[in-house]
Amino acid sequence: MKATEQTPPARSATPPVPGRSPLRIGPVSTVLRPRPLLALFGGMLALLVVFSCDLALGDYPITPLGVLRTLFGGGDAGENLVVFELRLPRALTGLLVGAALGLAGAITQAVVRNPLASPDLLGITAGAGAAATAVIVAGGALGGVSGFVAALGVPVVALFGGVGTGLLVALLAYRNGVDSFRLVLVGIGMNTLMVNATLWLLTAGEVQDAGRAMVWLTGSLNARGWENVVPVALALVVLVPLALVGAHVLGALQFDDDTMRELGVRVTAARAAMLLGATVLASLATSAAGPIAFVALAVPQIALRLAATSRPPLVISMVLGATLVVGSDLIARTMFGSLELPVGVVTAALGAPYLIYLLVRRYREVRT
Amino acid sequence: MTASQVGVTAVSEGGVAQDPDAESSRLRARGVSLAYGERVVVDGLDLDVLDGGITGVIGPNGCGKSTLLRALGRLLQPRSGSVLLDGKRIHRMSTKEVARSLGMLPQSPVAPEGLCVADLVARGRHPHQTWYRQWSSDDERAVAEALELTGIGDLAERSVDELSGGQRQRAWLSMALAQRTDLLLLDEPTTYLDLSHQVDVLELIGRLHAESGRTVVMVLHDLNFAARYADRLVAMSAGRVAAEGPPHEVITESLLAEVFDLRARVIPDPVTGTPMVVPLGGRRPRGSDGPSEEDTGPNE
Repeated sequence: MKATEQTPPARSATPPVPGRSPLRIGPVSTVLRPRPLLALFGGMLALLVVFSCDLALGDYPITPLGVLRTLFGGGDAGENLVVFELRLPRALTGLLVGAALGLAGAITQAVVRNPLASPDLLGITAGAGAAATAVIVAGGALGGVSGFVAALGVPVVALFGGVGTGLLVALLAYRNGVDSFRLVLVGIGMNTLMVNATLWLLTAGEVQDAGRAMVWLTGSLNARGWENVVPVALALVVLVPLALVGAHVLGALQFDDDTMRELGVRVTAARAAMLLGATVLASLATSAAGPIAFVALAVPQIALRLAATSRPPLVISMVLGATLVVGSDLIARTMFGSLELPVGVVTAALGAPYLIYLLVRRYREVRT
Repeated sequence: MTASQVGVTAVSEGGVAQDPDAESSRLRARGVSLAYGERVVVDGLDLDVLDGGITGVIGPNGCGKSTLLRALGRLLQPRSGSVLLDGKRIHRMSTKEVARSLGMLPQSPVAPEGLCVADLVARGRHPHQTWYRQWSSDDERAVAEALELTGIGDLAERSVDELSGGQRQRAWLSMALAQRTDLLLLDEPTTYLDLSHQVDVLELIGRLHAESGRTVVMVLHDLNFAARYADRLVAMSAGRVAAEGPPHEVITESLLAEVFDLRARVIPDPVTGTPMVVPLGGRRPRGSDGPSEEDTGPNE
């Protein structure tokens, strides 16, 4: 094929490369890594458990067997209502939103090469939130964006808000290419700006709308129906395969710019495409459930440590993101008696100490 | 300026493929001018890289040698003129196409935290891979060979950031080797290494060249090593080629005075017979007599 590819036949017995056992099926080949596989299966098992619990537990408890029976069409009217109309859409929204946030965070952190770079810290979720708040508040004041239109309108507007903010951050941080550190700084600034814009909208709007927006802004899965599942599901169906194809480039995107170019990567284009995908994922997730805090930040780093890889693993981050959001919602829904907390409160309570840990650890590394 | 214009017209007008000396050299620079912003670093430079040989690029700090190497490796777009790879303008070629025939080791490459050596070296296979074909038997063979050549097979599962400077440099070199390109550009491959590791790395490069006939272009600071390991030297001064040729023609007392502003004696290397530079002292006016004086200011 290539002149450079010829190898003397005597070399065919070269010893295998330690730590990189191959998995080859026809033209498809990859490296078989036990630790990430273990992390993946562990994560899927945990997801299965929390997802089943989320369907089973609540004011109207159903046995796990009952849930299974209902899912396969054998439930009574009450069970059908609770499972299909109340809990399943909510749990599925949580699962998809968590997966999207985990994936968006993993991509962003891998591309920017900084564990602090996540859609929540770069202002993307805040931008999506500000745009959605504007619609909620304006919708109330204008006397009626509701039902299907609101369900369709909020995601679309949040998408534009998130992508717009992301582009703005990239544009402001651009100077002969995008430097990771400057991107994070600009992102933090933009985040503050968007949070303040949201606060201004809340003060300016009607109290009722502001209250509604407030619950949404904490990140909530309350009363999520099938109309919330669809946009995120569609985004994931389109973007997950693209992200997995792009993951190959992500492996080469970890080096300095010269090394990446030398490896045949079109650095700026690849970065822009990956970040755009992550931005769309984060924005759509935000539109469905509000800006659920810390998932995109913490999950990829947890996945990275569990899988012992050099960059956040994409699929494991998705599974763990889904597990975290569904699990957090289960806690928020069932652990506080009659009070149903927004899921964002739980993820924030879990995630904030983690962020502090990350900052402290980072600081220590810089000093040594 | 005139030199660059001449160079441009000579190549770009008369059909790139039928260039008269196309067969002589796979990698050539024609009238290349390079600049960072407003600062012109290299001005109208012509260079034919010796095929199947080791070309050493030497010159004082800031003379543009690393900049030139970056342009040869397609990392920097010339302000004018062009770099030709197999007769084609390198900046018009696709990134991947270039990466399959030309490998480059930048001066201080950065590896992600926690990446192990085998994975680093395997990254060199990137230009040969696709999203679904990520670890073919060709890849595996190339990586195993690259690890073996640089003698770091036993470090394969260690993390790159745990390695010593010499080991790390060999790991990066392995990555460039795993890329299996005919052309290899190395920007000061011996930086940060102690003397024995410098010798190790240069011996390795010499051996690679001898075994596989690869074309190597390397920027070197150490003139004695450059003279020892290169078949051909290119001495640069203020963005131009000051002298070019076999080491014994380039490393002369008059050139050292002219290009490096260095008063030195050149004697045969007792081991290899290649020219060896023995400095007399630092910057001095031409008339003064060097060795007896105490002033030995830095020469750069």
